[in-house]
Amino acid sequence: MFMTKTILKNLLTKYATRLYPFQKRETFAHSRGELKIDMEKCILCGVCQMRCPSQCIKVDKQAKTWEVDPFSCVYCGVCVEACPVKCLYQEKLYRAAVAEKDMVMHVQQPKETAEPAAT
Amino acid sequence: MAKTVLPFGPQHPVLPEPLHLTLTIEDEIVKEAIPKLGYVHRGLEKLAEIRDHNQMIYIVERVCGICSCLHALCYCQGIESLMGLEVPSRAKYLRTIWSEMHRIHSHLLWLGLFADAFGFESLFMQFWRIRERVMDLQEETAGNRVILSVNQVGGVRRDISAESAQWILDTLKTVEKETLQLKSTILDDYTVKLRTVGKGVLTKEKAYELGAAGPTLRASGIAQDMRQTGYAAYSELDFAPVVETDGDCYARTTVRFNEIFQAIDLIRQAFSKLPEGELAVKPKGLPTGEVVSRVEQPRGECLYYIRGAGKKFLERVRIRTPTFANIPPLLDMLPGCDLADVPVLILTIDPCISCTER
Repeated sequence: MFMTKTILKNLLTKYATRLYPFQKRETFAHSRGELKIDMEKCILCGVCQMRCPSQCIKVDKQAKTWEVDPFSCVYCGVCVEACPVKCLYQEKLYRAAVAEKDMVMHVQQPKETAEPAAT
Repeated sequence: MAKTVLPFGPQHPVLPEPLHLTLTIEDEIVKEAIPKLGYVHRGLEKLAEIRDHNQMIYIVERVCGICSCLHALCYCQGIESLMGLEVPSRAKYLRTIWSEMHRIHSHLLWLGLFADAFGFESLFMQFWRIRERVMDLQEETAGNRVILSVNQVGGVRRDISAESAQWILDTLKTVEKETLQLKSTILDDYTVKLRTVGKGVLTKEKAYELGAAGPTLRASGIAQDMRQTGYAAYSELDFAPVVETDGDCYARTTVRFNEIFQAIDLIRQAFSKLPEGELAVKPKGLPTGEVVSRVEQPRGECLYYIRGAGKKFLERVRIRTPTFANIPPLLDMLPGCDLADVPVLILTIDPCISCTER
Protein backbone atom coordinates (compact mmCIF):
# COMPACT_ATOMS: atom_id res chain seq x y z
CA MET A 1 0.00 0.00 0.00
CA PHE A 2 2.81 2.37 0.89
CA MET A 3 4.38 1.81 -2.52
CA THR A 4 1.28 2.86 -4.49
CA LYS A 5 2.29 6.51 -4.73
CA THR A 6 5.81 5.60 -5.86
CA ILE A 7 4.49 3.12 -8.43
CA LEU A 8 2.07 5.67 -9.93
CA LYS A 9 4.84 8.24 -10.05
CA ASN A 10 7.14 5.78 -11.80
CA LEU A 11 4.49 5.08 -14.42
CA LEU A 12 4.20 8.76 -15.23
CA THR A 13 7.92 9.64 -15.30
CA LYS A 14 10.52 8.72 -17.89
CA TYR A 15 12.90 5.77 -17.69
CA ALA A 16 15.63 5.75 -15.07
CA THR A 17 17.87 3.71 -17.38
CA ARG A 18 19.32 4.44 -20.82
CA LEU A 19 19.22 2.37 -24.00
CA TYR A 20 22.95 2.05 -23.65
CA PRO A 21 24.75 1.53 -26.96
CA PHE A 22 22.44 4.04 -28.69
CA GLN A 23 22.23 6.57 -25.92
CA LYS A 24 25.38 7.25 -23.96
CA ARG A 25 25.83 9.21 -20.78
CA GLU A 26 27.88 12.36 -20.91
CA THR A 27 31.16 11.95 -19.09
CA PHE A 28 32.09 14.20 -16.21
CA ALA A 29 34.81 16.77 -16.72
CA HIS A 30 37.20 15.26 -14.18
CA SER A 31 36.61 11.55 -14.68
CA ARG A 32 39.65 9.33 -14.75
CA GLY A 33 39.62 7.03 -17.74
CA GLU A 34 41.99 5.24 -20.08
CA LEU A 35 45.66 6.14 -19.74
CA LYS A 36 47.27 7.74 -22.78
CA ILE A 37 50.71 9.19 -23.52
CA ASP A 38 52.05 11.97 -25.70
CA MET A 39 55.19 10.12 -26.69
CA GLU A 40 56.93 13.15 -28.22
CA LYS A 41 57.05 14.91 -24.87
CA CYS A 42 58.14 11.85 -22.89
CA ILE A 43 61.68 11.95 -21.49
CA LEU A 44 61.64 8.24 -20.52
CA CYS A 45 62.51 9.06 -16.90
CA GLY A 46 60.57 6.09 -15.53
CA VAL A 47 58.87 7.89 -12.63
CA CYS A 48 55.48 6.56 -13.76
CA GLN A 49 56.84 3.02 -13.67
CA MET A 50 58.17 3.56 -10.15
CA ARG A 51 54.99 5.09 -8.73
CA CYS A 52 52.40 2.82 -10.35
CA PRO A 53 50.70 0.73 -7.61
CA SER A 54 49.70 -2.03 -10.02
CA GLN A 55 53.05 -1.99 -11.84
CA CYS A 56 51.45 -1.90 -15.24
CA ILE A 57 53.91 0.52 -16.88
CA LYS A 58 57.27 -0.48 -18.33
CA VAL A 59 59.75 2.11 -19.56
CA ASP A 60 62.83 1.09 -21.48
CA LYS A 61 65.40 3.84 -21.89
CA GLN A 62 67.61 1.97 -24.34
CA ALA A 63 64.88 0.85 -26.70
CA LYS A 64 63.00 4.16 -26.12
CA THR A 65 59.74 2.41 -25.46
CA TRP A 66 56.89 3.09 -23.08
CA GLU A 67 54.60 0.17 -22.51
CA VAL A 68 51.35 -0.14 -20.56
CA ASP A 69 49.20 -3.10 -19.73
CA PRO A 70 45.72 -1.53 -20.00
CA PHE A 71 44.19 -4.52 -18.22
CA SER A 72 46.28 -4.00 -15.09
CA CYS A 73 45.81 -0.24 -14.99
CA VAL A 74 43.53 0.73 -12.09
CA TYR A 75 42.88 4.34 -13.23
CA CYS A 76 44.23 5.84 -10.03
CA GLY A 77 46.00 8.64 -11.91
CA VAL A 78 49.17 8.54 -9.79
CA CYS A 79 51.43 8.44 -12.87
CA VAL A 80 49.63 11.40 -14.44
CA GLU A 81 50.28 13.49 -11.33
CA ALA A 82 53.86 12.29 -10.93
CA CYS A 83 54.97 12.85 -14.54
CA PRO A 84 57.56 15.68 -14.57
CA VAL A 85 56.83 16.74 -18.16
CA LYS A 86 53.07 16.06 -18.05
CA CYS A 87 53.08 13.85 -21.11
CA LEU A 88 50.63 11.38 -19.57
CA TYR A 89 46.91 12.05 -19.57
CA GLN A 90 43.69 10.19 -18.98
CA GLU A 91 40.71 9.99 -21.29
CA LYS A 92 37.29 10.73 -19.82
CA LEU A 93 36.05 7.23 -20.50
CA TYR A 94 37.35 3.88 -19.37
CA ARG A 95 38.78 1.35 -21.80
CA ALA A 96 36.25 -0.39 -24.01
CA ALA A 97 35.85 -4.16 -23.86
CA VAL A 98 37.99 -6.18 -26.25
CA ALA A 99 38.10 -9.77 -27.41
CA GLU A 100 41.82 -10.29 -26.82
CA LYS A 101 44.15 -8.91 -24.18
CA ASP A 102 47.08 -6.96 -25.49
CA MET A 103 49.83 -4.65 -24.25
CA VAL A 104 49.99 -1.11 -25.64
CA MET A 105 53.51 -0.09 -26.67
CA HIS A 106 54.70 3.33 -27.78
CA VAL A 107 58.11 3.77 -29.37
CA GLN A 108 59.78 7.15 -29.37
CA GLN A 109 61.00 8.11 -32.83
CA PRO A 110 64.39 9.83 -33.05
CA LYS A 111 63.20 12.68 -35.35
CA GLU A 112 60.30 15.11 -35.02
CA THR A 113 58.32 13.12 -37.59
CA ALA A 114 57.38 10.93 -34.63
CA GLU A 115 53.88 9.50 -34.52
CA PRO A 116 53.03 7.27 -31.56
CA ALA A 117 52.66 3.83 -33.02
CA ALA A 118 50.29 1.54 -31.20
CA THR A 119 50.63 -2.18 -31.58
CA MET B 1 12.95 -35.15 14.54
CA ALA B 2 16.58 -35.93 13.95
CA LYS B 3 19.11 -33.18 13.42
CA THR B 4 19.92 -32.18 9.87
CA VAL B 5 23.12 -30.51 8.80
CA LEU B 6 22.59 -27.99 6.04
CA PRO B 7 25.38 -26.20 4.19
CA PHE B 8 24.44 -22.56 3.62
CA GLY B 9 26.56 -20.86 1.00
CA PRO B 10 29.24 -20.10 -0.17
CA GLN B 11 27.08 -19.64 -3.25
CA HIS B 12 23.64 -18.47 -2.21
CA PRO B 13 21.19 -16.16 -4.02
CA VAL B 14 21.10 -13.74 -1.09
CA LEU B 15 24.85 -13.45 -0.63
CA PRO B 16 26.78 -11.18 -2.95
CA GLU B 17 29.98 -12.69 -1.59
CA PRO B 18 31.00 -16.18 -0.50
CA LEU B 19 30.29 -16.93 3.15
CA HIS B 20 29.75 -20.49 4.24
CA LEU B 21 27.69 -21.46 7.27
CA THR B 22 27.18 -25.02 8.38
CA LEU B 23 23.72 -24.95 9.93
CA THR B 24 22.48 -27.67 12.24
CA ILE B 25 18.70 -27.59 12.07
CA GLU B 26 15.92 -29.35 13.89
CA ASP B 27 12.36 -28.97 12.59
CA GLU B 28 13.51 -26.03 10.46
CA ILE B 29 14.79 -24.28 13.57
CA VAL B 30 18.50 -23.46 13.55
CA LYS B 31 20.32 -24.99 16.50
CA GLU B 32 23.89 -24.21 15.66
CA ALA B 33 25.85 -22.30 13.05
CA ILE B 34 29.53 -22.73 12.23
CA PRO B 35 31.12 -20.26 9.81
CA LYS B 36 33.80 -20.99 7.28
CA LEU B 37 35.74 -18.13 5.79
CA GLY B 38 38.59 -17.82 3.35
CA TYR B 39 37.02 -18.07 -0.10
CA VAL B 40 38.18 -14.65 -1.27
CA HIS B 41 41.47 -14.28 0.54
CA ARG B 42 43.82 -12.26 -1.66
CA GLY B 43 46.78 -11.62 0.60
CA LEU B 44 46.66 -7.83 0.33
CA GLU B 45 48.42 -7.31 3.67
CA LYS B 46 51.42 -9.26 2.40
CA LEU B 47 51.75 -6.83 -0.52
CA ALA B 48 53.07 -4.24 1.95
CA GLU B 49 56.41 -6.01 1.67
CA ILE B 50 56.80 -5.38 -2.06
CA ARG B 51 54.89 -2.13 -2.56
CA ASP B 52 56.08 1.09 -0.95
CA HIS B 53 53.96 2.95 1.56
CA ASN B 54 52.55 5.36 -1.03
CA GLN B 55 51.51 2.59 -3.40
CA MET B 56 49.84 0.79 -0.49
CA ILE B 57 47.15 3.52 -0.34
CA TYR B 58 45.76 2.27 -3.64
CA ILE B 59 46.07 -1.34 -2.55
CA VAL B 60 44.23 -0.95 0.76
CA GLU B 61 41.48 0.90 -1.11
CA ARG B 62 40.88 -2.29 -2.99
CA VAL B 63 40.22 -4.27 0.20
CA CYS B 64 36.59 -3.24 -0.12
CA GLY B 65 34.73 -1.71 -3.02
CA ILE B 66 32.05 -0.10 -0.91
CA CYS B 67 34.11 1.69 1.73
CA SER B 68 37.26 2.24 -0.36
CA CYS B 69 37.72 5.88 0.62
CA LEU B 70 37.56 5.03 4.32
CA HIS B 71 40.18 2.29 4.05
CA ALA B 72 42.55 4.76 2.40
CA LEU B 73 41.66 7.41 4.98
CA CYS B 74 42.38 5.04 7.87
CA TYR B 75 45.69 3.99 6.34
CA CYS B 76 46.75 7.56 5.54
CA GLN B 77 45.90 8.69 9.08
CA GLY B 78 48.15 5.97 10.41
CA ILE B 79 51.07 6.89 8.16
CA GLU B 80 50.57 10.59 8.90
CA SER B 81 50.77 10.01 12.62
CA LEU B 82 53.94 7.93 12.14
CA MET B 83 55.51 10.75 10.13
CA GLY B 84 54.16 13.45 12.44
CA LEU B 85 52.30 15.29 9.67
CA GLU B 86 49.57 17.82 10.35
CA VAL B 87 46.90 17.60 7.64
CA PRO B 88 45.54 20.96 6.41
CA SER B 89 42.03 21.61 7.68
CA ARG B 90 40.51 21.90 4.20
CA ALA B 91 41.78 18.40 3.44
CA LYS B 92 40.21 17.16 6.68
CA TYR B 93 36.82 18.57 5.70
CA LEU B 94 37.04 17.17 2.18
CA ARG B 95 37.90 13.75 3.63
CA THR B 96 34.82 14.00 5.83
CA ILE B 97 32.62 14.89 2.85
CA TRP B 98 33.82 11.94 0.81
CA SER B 99 33.50 9.59 3.80
CA GLU B 100 29.90 10.62 4.33
CA MET B 101 29.11 10.21 0.63
CA HIS B 102 30.41 6.69 0.98
CA ARG B 103 28.16 6.11 3.97
CA ILE B 104 25.09 7.27 2.05
CA HIS B 105 25.77 5.07 -0.95
CA SER B 106 26.70 2.08 1.20
CA HIS B 107 23.53 2.29 3.28
CA LEU B 108 21.36 2.77 0.18
CA LEU B 109 23.05 -0.26 -1.35
CA TRP B 110 22.39 -2.26 1.78
CA LEU B 111 18.73 -1.19 2.03
CA GLY B 112 18.30 -2.31 -1.56
CA LEU B 113 19.97 -5.67 -0.97
CA PHE B 114 17.96 -6.14 2.20
CA ALA B 115 14.69 -5.47 0.35
CA ASP B 116 15.82 -7.99 -2.24
CA ALA B 117 16.58 -10.55 0.51
CA PHE B 118 12.96 -10.70 1.60
CA GLY B 119 11.73 -10.62 -1.97
CA PHE B 120 10.73 -6.97 -2.34
CA GLU B 121 12.46 -6.42 -5.66
CA SER B 122 10.79 -3.20 -6.70
CA LEU B 123 11.93 -1.53 -3.49
CA PHE B 124 15.45 -2.76 -4.27
CA MET B 125 15.26 -0.94 -7.62
CA GLN B 126 14.00 2.25 -5.96
CA PHE B 127 16.89 2.38 -3.50
CA TRP B 128 19.49 1.67 -6.14
CA ARG B 129 18.10 4.37 -8.37
CA ILE B 130 18.66 6.89 -5.58
CA ARG B 131 22.12 5.49 -4.98
CA GLU B 132 23.06 6.21 -8.57
CA ARG B 133 22.84 9.94 -7.84
CA VAL B 134 25.41 9.59 -5.08
CA MET B 135 27.67 7.56 -7.37
CA ASP B 136 27.53 10.43 -9.88
CA LEU B 137 28.56 12.86 -7.14
CA GLN B 138 31.56 10.68 -6.40
CA GLU B 139 32.54 10.41 -10.03
CA GLU B 140 32.32 14.14 -10.61
CA THR B 141 34.27 15.13 -7.51
CA ALA B 142 36.79 12.30 -7.21
CA GLY B 143 37.17 11.01 -10.75
CA ASN B 144 36.09 7.44 -10.11
CA ARG B 145 32.72 6.06 -9.14
CA VAL B 146 33.64 3.38 -6.66
CA ILE B 147 37.31 3.49 -5.75
CA LEU B 148 37.82 7.19 -5.24
CA SER B 149 41.64 7.39 -4.89
CA VAL B 150 41.40 10.86 -3.35
CA ASN B 151 43.47 10.36 -0.21
CA GLN B 152 47.21 10.71 -0.11
CA VAL B 153 49.68 10.85 2.75
CA GLY B 154 49.45 14.44 3.98
CA GLY B 155 46.07 15.40 2.57
CA VAL B 156 43.83 14.90 -0.43
CA ARG B 157 44.51 14.86 -4.17
CA ARG B 158 41.42 16.68 -5.40
CA ASP B 159 39.51 19.80 -4.50
CA ILE B 160 35.76 20.41 -4.63
CA SER B 161 34.97 23.67 -6.38
CA ALA B 162 32.19 26.02 -5.30
CA GLU B 163 29.97 25.04 -8.26
CA SER B 164 30.47 21.35 -7.52
CA ALA B 165 29.60 22.02 -3.88
CA GLN B 166 26.34 23.65 -4.88
CA TRP B 167 25.53 20.79 -7.21
CA ILE B 168 26.28 18.27 -4.46
CA LEU B 169 23.99 20.09 -2.02
CA ASP B 170 21.20 20.25 -4.61
CA THR B 171 21.56 16.56 -5.43
CA LEU B 172 21.57 15.65 -1.75
CA LYS B 173 18.30 17.51 -1.37
CA THR B 174 16.80 15.26 -4.03
CA VAL B 175 18.37 12.17 -2.44
CA GLU B 176 16.88 13.15 0.91
CA LYS B 177 13.43 13.74 -0.58
CA GLU B 178 13.40 10.48 -2.53
CA THR B 179 14.68 8.43 0.41
CA LEU B 180 12.02 9.93 2.69
CA GLN B 181 9.35 8.83 0.22
CA LEU B 182 10.46 5.23 0.72
CA LYS B 183 10.54 5.51 4.51
CA SER B 184 7.02 4.22 5.08
CA THR B 185 7.60 1.33 2.68
CA ILE B 186 10.70 -0.01 4.38
CA LEU B 187 9.79 0.83 7.98
CA ASP B 188 5.98 0.65 8.22
CA ASP B 189 5.01 -2.01 5.71
CA TYR B 190 3.12 -4.97 7.22
CA THR B 191 5.00 -7.70 5.34
CA VAL B 192 8.38 -6.09 5.88
CA LYS B 193 7.66 -5.85 9.60
CA LEU B 194 6.70 -9.52 9.70
CA ARG B 195 10.13 -10.40 8.37
CA THR B 196 12.09 -8.06 10.63
CA VAL B 197 10.43 -7.21 13.94
CA GLY B 198 11.63 -9.45 16.76
CA LYS B 199 13.91 -11.52 14.51
CA GLY B 200 17.52 -12.09 15.42
CA VAL B 201 17.54 -10.19 18.67
CA LEU B 202 21.00 -9.23 19.91
CA THR B 203 20.84 -8.00 23.49
CA LYS B 204 22.86 -5.03 24.68
CA GLU B 205 25.02 -7.20 26.95
CA LYS B 206 25.70 -9.76 24.21
CA ALA B 207 26.51 -7.06 21.66
CA TYR B 208 29.08 -5.58 24.02
CA GLU B 209 30.49 -8.93 25.07
CA LEU B 210 30.87 -10.24 21.51
CA GLY B 211 32.39 -7.00 20.25
CA ALA B 212 29.80 -6.04 17.66
CA ALA B 213 30.59 -2.96 15.58
CA GLY B 214 28.77 -0.22 13.76
CA PRO B 215 25.01 -0.27 13.15
CA THR B 216 24.79 -3.81 14.59
CA LEU B 217 26.09 -2.47 17.90
CA ARG B 218 24.11 0.77 17.84
CA ALA B 219 20.86 -1.09 17.11
CA SER B 220 21.38 -2.93 20.41
CA GLY B 221 21.40 0.31 22.36
CA ILE B 222 25.11 1.12 22.69
CA ALA B 223 25.91 4.63 21.51
CA GLN B 224 29.38 3.97 20.20
CA ASP B 225 30.60 5.51 17.00
CA MET B 226 34.25 5.90 16.03
CA ARG B 227 33.47 9.31 14.54
CA GLN B 228 33.11 10.51 18.12
CA THR B 229 36.88 10.12 18.48
CA GLY B 230 37.07 13.18 16.24
CA TYR B 231 39.28 12.05 13.37
CA ALA B 232 39.22 14.11 10.13
CA ALA B 233 36.84 17.03 10.74
CA TYR B 234 34.31 15.19 12.90
CA SER B 235 35.46 16.91 16.07
CA GLU B 236 34.20 20.22 14.65
CA LEU B 237 30.86 18.88 13.43
CA ASP B 238 27.74 18.42 15.47
CA PHE B 239 26.26 14.92 15.52
CA ALA B 240 25.13 12.16 17.85
CA PRO B 241 25.22 8.41 17.12
CA VAL B 242 21.96 6.97 15.79
CA VAL B 243 20.80 4.46 18.41
CA GLU B 244 17.94 1.97 18.61
CA THR B 245 17.31 -0.27 21.60
CA ASP B 246 15.48 -3.36 20.31
CA GLY B 247 18.48 -5.14 18.78
CA ASP B 248 16.38 -6.95 16.18
CA CYS B 249 16.50 -6.82 12.37
CA TYR B 250 14.04 -3.94 12.35
CA ALA B 251 16.23 -1.87 14.67
CA ARG B 252 19.28 -2.46 12.49
CA THR B 253 17.32 -1.36 9.42
CA THR B 254 16.14 1.77 11.23
CA VAL B 255 19.66 2.67 12.32
CA ARG B 256 20.99 2.41 8.78
CA PHE B 257 18.04 4.27 7.34
CA ASN B 258 18.45 7.15 9.79
CA GLU B 259 22.19 7.26 9.28
CA ILE B 260 21.61 8.28 5.66
CA PHE B 261 19.99 11.50 6.90
CA GLN B 262 22.72 11.96 9.48
CA ALA B 263 25.33 11.68 6.72
CA ILE B 264 23.48 14.20 4.54
CA ASP B 265 23.36 16.56 7.50
CA LEU B 266 27.10 16.09 8.14
CA ILE B 267 27.93 16.90 4.51
CA ARG B 268 25.85 20.08 4.76
CA GLN B 269 27.62 21.07 7.97
CA ALA B 270 31.01 20.32 6.43
CA PHE B 271 30.28 22.48 3.38
CA SER B 272 29.07 25.36 5.55
CA LYS B 273 32.30 25.26 7.56
CA LEU B 274 34.68 24.33 4.71
CA PRO B 275 37.82 26.45 5.19
CA GLU B 276 40.07 27.73 2.42
CA GLY B 277 43.66 26.61 2.24
CA GLU B 278 46.11 23.95 1.21
CA LEU B 279 45.00 20.51 0.06
CA ALA B 280 48.05 18.58 1.20
CA VAL B 281 51.37 18.93 2.96
CA LYS B 282 54.50 17.37 1.53
CA PRO B 283 55.49 14.30 3.52
CA LYS B 284 59.04 14.23 4.87
CA GLY B 285 60.93 11.21 6.05
CA LEU B 286 59.79 7.61 6.24
CA PRO B 287 57.26 5.95 8.55
CA THR B 288 58.94 4.76 11.73
CA GLY B 289 57.28 3.07 14.69
CA GLU B 290 53.89 1.47 15.14
CA VAL B 291 50.42 2.90 15.23
CA VAL B 292 46.77 1.89 15.47
CA SER B 293 44.40 3.94 13.37
CA ARG B 294 40.60 3.73 13.55
CA VAL B 295 37.74 5.06 11.47
CA GLU B 296 34.00 4.45 11.38
CA GLN B 297 33.07 2.73 8.17
CA PRO B 298 29.45 2.33 7.04
CA ARG B 299 29.59 -1.17 8.53
CA GLY B 300 31.35 -0.23 11.75
CA GLU B 301 34.73 0.32 13.24
CA CYS B 302 37.75 -0.40 11.05
CA LEU B 303 41.15 -0.76 12.60
CA TYR B 304 44.58 -0.58 11.00
CA TYR B 305 47.78 -1.59 12.70
CA ILE B 306 50.81 -0.26 10.85
CA ARG B 307 54.45 -0.86 11.71
CA GLY B 308 57.27 0.82 9.84
CA ALA B 309 61.00 0.58 10.37
CA GLY B 310 62.15 3.77 8.65
CA LYS B 311 62.20 2.09 5.27
CA LYS B 312 60.21 2.66 2.11
CA PHE B 313 58.40 -0.62 2.71
CA LEU B 314 56.30 -1.18 5.78
CA GLU B 315 57.01 -4.09 8.07
CA ARG B 316 53.41 -4.97 8.80
CA VAL B 317 49.93 -3.80 7.91
CA ARG B 318 47.10 -5.49 9.77
CA ILE B 319 43.51 -4.71 8.89
CA ARG B 320 40.59 -5.55 11.19
CA THR B 321 37.38 -4.87 9.33
CA PRO B 322 33.89 -4.40 10.84
CA THR B 323 32.40 -7.56 9.32
CA PHE B 324 35.06 -9.64 11.06
CA ALA B 325 33.86 -8.18 14.36
CA ASN B 326 30.23 -8.77 13.44
CA ILE B 327 30.49 -12.48 12.71
CA PRO B 328 30.43 -13.62 16.39
CA PRO B 329 27.24 -11.59 17.03
CA LEU B 330 25.73 -13.19 13.91
CA LEU B 331 26.47 -16.64 15.30
CA ASP B 332 24.75 -15.60 18.51
CA MET B 333 21.64 -14.43 16.63
CA LEU B 334 21.21 -17.51 14.45
CA PRO B 335 20.36 -20.29 16.97
CA GLY B 336 16.62 -20.38 17.54
CA CYS B 337 15.59 -18.69 14.31
CA ASP B 338 13.66 -20.17 11.40
CA LEU B 339 15.66 -21.47 8.49
CA ALA B 340 13.72 -19.06 6.24
CA ASP B 341 14.98 -16.12 8.32
CA VAL B 342 18.66 -17.02 7.98
CA PRO B 343 19.26 -14.98 4.79
CA VAL B 344 17.60 -11.91 6.33
CA LEU B 345 19.62 -12.28 9.53
CA ILE B 346 22.90 -12.62 7.67
CA LEU B 347 22.16 -9.50 5.67
CA THR B 348 21.37 -7.38 8.71
CA ILE B 349 25.00 -7.39 9.79
CA ASP B 350 25.79 -6.03 6.28
CA PRO B 351 28.45 -8.66 5.57
CA CYS B 352 31.42 -7.69 3.44
CA ILE B 353 33.39 -10.87 3.00
CA SER B 354 36.08 -9.36 0.77
CA CYS B 355 36.83 -6.95 3.61
CA THR B 356 36.96 -9.72 6.18
CA GLU B 357 39.33 -11.94 4.26
CA ARG B 358 41.37 -9.23 2.55
